[in-house]
Amino acid sequence: MIYSYYPGCTLKTQAKELDIYARRSLDVLGIKMEELADWQCCGGVYPIAKDEIATKLSSVRTLNQARELGRPLITLCSACHHVLTRVNNDMRTDKNTRDKVNTYSKFDTPYEGETDVIHFLQLLRDVVGFDNLKAKVVNPLKGRKVGAYYGCLLLRPSAELAFDDPENPTIIEDFIKAIGATPVIYSHRNECCGGYIAVTDKGQASRNVDKIIDSAKNKGCDELVTACPLCMYNVAANAGEGKEITIKYFTELLAEALGVK
Amino acid sequence: MHKNNLKEEIIRISGASPNKCMKCGKCSATCPSFNEMEIAPHMFVDMVIKGRVEQLVMSDATNHCLSCFACVERCPRGVEPAHIIEAIRVIKLRQSGAPQITPAQIASVIDTEIPQQALVSAFRKFRK
Ligand code: SF4
Ligand code: SF4
Repeated sequence: MIYSYYPGCTLKTQAKELDIYARRSLDVLGIKMEELADWQCCGGVYPIAKDEIATKLSSVRTLNQARELGRPLITLCSACHHVLTRVNNDMRTDKNTRDKVNTYSKFDTPYEGETDVIHFLQLLRDVVGFDNLKAKVVNPLKGRKVGAYYGCLLLRPSAELAFDDPENPTIIEDFIKAIGATPVIYSHRNECCGGYIAVTDKGQASRNVDKIIDSAKNKGCDELVTACPLCMYNVAANAGEGKEITIKYFTELLAEALGVK
Repeated sequence: MHKNNLKEEIIRISGASPNKCMKCGKCSATCPSFNEMEIAPHMFVDMVIKGRVEQLVMSDATNHCLSCFACVERCPRGVEPAHIIEAIRVIKLRQSGAPQITPAQIASVIDTEIPQQALVSAFRKFRK
């Protein structure tokens, strides 16, 4: 089986590592993933207002392309995953959105949310399996105390994302165990980094990030992992003085453990 | 827009259910922006119920909501406070016709590390 892959705007630019290490790791794990030929940016944020249709079109075009190829669609960036999953859900469940989008888009067959959108972490858990992943590790990250930084977009709203338990997630901790490191649970692992507020109010982002870092350090984390370029940026660039903590994309640790970094 | 129409518009665009609120305050307790917002999430809900909507449209509290969906996830009554806040943000932007932040302003505040994701998100959030 070949999977379609949606990198999104940031994985071609600021978050190249998130992309490159994922591709290298999948080669080792024997999974074939092909980038969609002609994808467009998802828009970064899900359009919440019920009467917003135009801002959902780019996501629907992507989802429709994946349907035409008849392949599940893999995402890596938390924001892309959030937006594509929720727009897909709207196309499945909200007649008003579906009718308007299809009237405008004129696809050969109306799109009704048929594509399966799967995050890379779900691929590791549900297709590869964490036990099989563990068996392929050549460089177990022994002794590293790693905190999973989930943030918000992968988990919430759980009724739509259905990614993991929104308050007690385990998927990244299970991943950390599989690559031989020690997961550290801390209270703020599923709280917001400030997101796009960094553009208009860095101070607010800073105050958010400091609480997250304090909570992680208090529990003994040496480093954090994330799937989100914006979480990465806020933690790395907007932490207050003396608060800094190492943060990496989870795919970088994956590639390291598989010996392809 | 007349006050009653504005209230209806907020409920229509948000798809939220303010009348289900039981005033437990959990949304505000869990909100990472609570200290940044002059009107807290539970107050948005209450003020929509009471029709005090002009005050909400005047406030800049909407600009501090992160759309992190913590209040949506943790509200025991399925009210969706973040959707009410977003509806008001959208109405304000549509009425004013001007973006909250212009491309020129964005260019002057960003650094070289900022991910593209933040910029597209800002353009989606701060202009309509
Ligand atoms: S979505 Fe907005 S109002 Fe709700 S908890 Fe997050 S920041 Fe607060
Ligand atoms: S959490 Fe829900 S029920 Fe409680 S005050 Fe907020 S909106 Fe009302």
